[in-house]
Amino acid sequence: MKCTKCAAPAAINMRQHRLALCGDHYVEWFRAQTERAVSKHRMFSREERVLVAVSGGKDSLALWDVLLHLGYQADALYIDLGIDDGIRYSDRSLTHIHRFLAGRPEANLQVVDIEQVCGASIPDASRLTRRGRSKPCSVCGLVKRHVMNRVARDGGYDVVVTGHNLDDEAAVLFGNTLRWQLGYLSRQAPVLPASSQGLARKAKPFHRFYERETAAYALVRGIDYMYDECPYSVGATSLRHKAVLNELERQAPATKLQFYLGFLRAREEGAFEGLDAARPDLSACLECGQPTTAGQRCAFCRMWEQVNARKGRLGEPARAENSR
Amino acid sequence: MVKLTFREQEFEVPAGITVGQALAKCQLNPHTVLAVRQGKLITDDVVLNEGDEIRLLAVISGGREAG
Repeated sequence: MKCTKCAAPAAINMRQHRLALCGDHYVEWFRAQTERAVSKHRMFSREERVLVAVSGGKDSLALWDVLLHLGYQADALYIDLGIDDGIRYSDRSLTHIHRFLAGRPEANLQVVDIEQVCGASIPDASRLTRRGRSKPCSVCGLVKRHVMNRVARDGGYDVVVTGHNLDDEAAVLFGNTLRWQLGYLSRQAPVLPASSQGLARKAKPFHRFYERETAAYALVRGIDYMYDECPYSVGATSLRHKAVLNELERQAPATKLQFYLGFLRAREEGAFEGLDAARPDLSACLECGQPTTAGQRCAFCRMWEQVNARKGRLGEPARAENSR
Repeated sequence: MVKLTFREQEFEVPAGITVGQALAKCQLNPHTVLAVRQGKLITDDVVLNEGDEIRLLAVISGGREAG
């Protein structure tokens, strides 16, 4: 198969777009599509400060690479979750990010070590809370959301961007549709505006790329990403949904794209308007000041109080004061 | 023969078939992997040669399926 734009052998064939491209033209196309998504959804401008949440995986490092190349003011945040599980998962993820940084002197990275800041790693905190007793994913999600918002707010960033791709978005959409979670459906969007109560704007510039495409970009660009997945994600529900959608895609190319874009069109046409009305108002947490729907104290502060109280009973040192 | 590696698994398929046919023989969904030969991405229609070693990269993030 030849590149649609030149005679070179194609590196990737995207059936849903009826487009095959060589490595050079693929990189060019991928960056142009990212720029188009940022512009179409008014995610951010070149005058604004962007905080890229990086994990060391293909999506987030590819996103950082593209934004830097396009000339955006894109700094990155890595949240060290302290996941080891015999494979030094968090340490190795950070090593991949440092390798990425080695060839990019203009790139700025901020690292937040959860154990250092909060007093326990995510796996340890999970064992000490009801929320994380069966699996640490819920604790992990809560901590990441909180830290991303705090770093964005304290650092004066205009927007937090993540490497979510179309497969991620379609899997979430599929799960929410299966359970008819209308509130969640109404809040799923490529860009979520900032709130006056202190929630930072969030954007997903890769929301129209298949996962295969972000991996191909990383490979063609020689980005040495963390190939292994989080050890706690084995058997995740999102993976089952991705498997179903990929089987449909195998039988009928462009199914995932049509499913997701059809949803975005319906959303733009107002199909989900008013469904978010029952959501409680946000107020500032009395302890950390971050916005919360939970009343006086946010879920993050309540969870760490529980972790530190249980650590105290087990004779372990609690976290340092004012470290959040 | 052609050797394909996917995570810790190894497969062998006869030379002369395409990448797409090799993936079908290995029961892998072509939408979930990328095929790499000598460090370069190749498309599903590429015919595999005797002695080729193909690395199949999983592209699905969010964890592995259980089992």
